[in-house]
Amino acid sequence: MQRYLLRRLISLALSLLVASLVIFAVIEIVPGDPASYMLGLNAAPDTVAALKAELGLDAPAPLRYLTWVTGMVQGDFGLSYTYKVPVSQLVGQRMVVSLPLALYALALAVLIAFPAGLLAAARRGRVADAAVMGATQVGIALPNFWFAMLLVLAFALHWQIFPAGGFPGWSDPWAGLRALTLPAIALALPQAAILARVLRSALIDTLDQDYIRTARAKGLTRGQTILRHALRNAMIPVLTILGMQFSFLLAGAIIIENVFYLPGLGRLIFQAITQRDLIVVESVVMLLVFAVILVTFLTDLAYAAIDPRLRRRA
Amino acid sequence: MRLPLILGLVLSAAALIAAAVSLVWTPYDVTALAIAEKLKPPSAAHWLGTDHFGRDIGSMLMAGAQTSIAVALVAVGIGMGLGVPLGLFAAARRGSLADEVIMRGNDLIFAFPSLVIAILITAVFGPSALNAILAIGIFNIPVFARVTRGGALSLWTLDFIRAAEVAGKGRARISAEHILPNIANLLIVQGTIQFSLGILAEAGLSYVGLGAQPPTASWGRMLAEAQTMVTLAPHVAIFPGLAIVFTVLGLNLLGDGLRDHLDPRLRRAA
Repeated sequence: MQRYLLRRLISLALSLLVASLVIFAVIEIVPGDPASYMLGLNAAPDTVAALKAELGLDAPAPLRYLTWVTGMVQGDFGLSYTYKVPVSQLVGQRMVVSLPLALYALALAVLIAFPAGLLAAARRGRVADAAVMGATQVGIALPNFWFAMLLVLAFALHWQIFPAGGFPGWSDPWAGLRALTLPAIALALPQAAILARVLRSALIDTLDQDYIRTARAKGLTRGQTILRHALRNAMIPVLTILGMQFSFLLAGAIIIENVFYLPGLGRLIFQAITQRDLIVVESVVMLLVFAVILVTFLTDLAYAAIDPRLRRRA
Repeated sequence: MRLPLILGLVLSAAALIAAAVSLVWTPYDVTALAIAEKLKPPSAAHWLGTDHFGRDIGSMLMAGAQTSIAVALVAVGIGMGLGVPLGLFAAARRGSLADEVIMRGNDLIFAFPSLVIAILITAVFGPSALNAILAIGIFNIPVFARVTRGGALSLWTLDFIRAAEVAGKGRARISAEHILPNIANLLIVQGTIQFSLGILAEAGLSYVGLGAQPPTASWGRMLAEAQTMVTLAPHVAIFPGLAIVFTVLGLNLLGDGLRDHLDPRLRRAA
């Protein structure tokens, strides 16, 4: 297990290194420099030069890369060009919206997908199975931002159960949760549809195994065999999808935040693009990619915990 | 043929035909503004109503189908064009350093969701439909590379490939002449799936302003514009969404149906 962990850690560090190089290189080729952009068209050349020096933009690219990366490792993401505050502070303020939203959606997706997938697998080929599978086909085809608009129409404007947008902050946790409920449902439903399908087919695959027949032969009911034997073995493909979904949820959250006017990372990054606040774009993108790579790493560890064979093979 | 496959064919064909017809004819001019006709609900003159500029929504949906299909199709082309050769190469040199580099490179691209790629490209070049194509296309590369490698690896162990090797064919020739035709079904099915995902992604990107720019008609942007008047005229938001759902649903059903149709062994688990 230790060797496995070490191998995975090294590959994690390598991925992060290459990802940071790619992001830095892409932002590096942006035409025009932020200093002249901030000062406008009529700025005197020496004022621009002074600002460039102040922002550290006059240093050669490799040095700037090193400053950026070592800064990030220490939690220093640089200074936003437009807001004139540390990027880490901006990100921190937005993260308390985006991260709970993604986790809320993930929890909802699991809560919807597991009963649905279990039901479909247990009633394979019957009406309940066909109904669940039909519903998941529609769920997968739903663009989450459009579904979000429909939810607002129904539950915020017509029935006024949830707010249509905005975020009151976490000082009243209940109000905060209420504001994130419709966005979370909009994000969760398409993901739940995918998860339910994967769970169903994984369960059906394991239900065909000999040891399931043995379990049935020794007198367990169909429900008991599914819950005690099949579910655990069906977890590997389900975990893979769950890990991959996290990145879709993060990306989805960025879009959904626009529907509900939530002050999250998504709004931050779109404002930063229009204002050419590249240090914010660079750091937020790196953070998102870091989150995806970290989740992949954790998923790999979870496999090893569930399936001892994978530890030995690696 | 089963019902889902037929339904998938019908829905996909409807979207394709709408897009093709819009090249030469739409009921109304999609660029002409008619403010007097704005936000009209569905009627005999405008079957799907009009938007805030008085444009015919049905006509805009037809023109939007063009954008969605073009973007998703080219993105699948990029993914296949680069991903399939990479996957074939990795499988032919399985276990080598090149294989390892390709697969780790794939993992790395996977860490960049297409939205994030789009954000990066837009930050550099500004928003356009081309960005959406690139972003979705780049995201498709590792998908096809992985599917190709997986399919090819299992073929390389089979006797007829061994026989071709013994007969003196090189790895590149075997990949092209024997491996590729045998994984074509796999690629067609994956292509359909990525096509439908591409349509969803294009809608999302143009919704947040990273995709097609005015005056290009786009389903995602129609929804973005509809958002502020959804209370006044729900139809401006409902029809573009339905167009996306039906097209994506159709393509998914088509993909699933094709998979079952092309490979009866898979019918059991599907």
